Amino acid sequence: MNTSHLALMILFALYVSVVFGTLMRDDPKEQLRFGAQLFAAFVVGGIALGWILYFFPL
Amino acid sequence: MRATTADREQSATYTYLICLAAWAVPGAGHLLLGRIRKGLTFLIALTLMFLSGLWLEGRLFPIEIKQPLVALAALADMGIGVPFFIARQAGAGAGRVVALTYEYGNAFLIVAGLMNMLVVLDAFDIAQGRK
Repeated sequence: MNTSHLALMILFALYVSVVFGTLMRDDPKEQLRFGAQLFAAFVVGGIALGWILYFFPL
Repeated sequence: MRATTADREQSATYTYLICLAAWAVPGAGHLLLGRIRKGLTFLIALTLMFLSGLWLEGRLFPIEIKQPLVALAALADMGIGVPFFIARQAGAGAGRVVALTYEYGNAFLIVAGLMNMLVVLDAFDIAQGRK
């Protein structure tokens, strides 16, 4: 199975963002906006954390 | 008119039935409460996440009391409801430890179950009239 870590992280972020966006807001536009913000935070945060940890040994 | 004891008991029974449905089928509680868009979103997203976990060769953990972390993972997996038991019966979720995606699959399965528990709580609040 040829799946990259990044792709799986993005997929995970997508599922979690969709569910939390729908749970935490009632208006469809607000759900979309909040979900998109969550998704961006997950992906950017994950990549940033990856780079920070890259410089640590092991 | 003040609610009678019978009204309150019926309301409690109704709430618990909604929660049971919400646990058993992701999104069913919201669908029964008339929140169609939310219910369908949860149904599709959580089911897809669960299936993704199985596709990634994650494991549906058994309840092993002697291994508390395994037992906790099993409880989390069961949060998805009836799909857990259907998958187990179908022989899915055995998990392949040597697979590159094994831990990812576990994460997808566990988080899908935990998020469904949050969905049940949301259905509870709606059934109680808080939302």
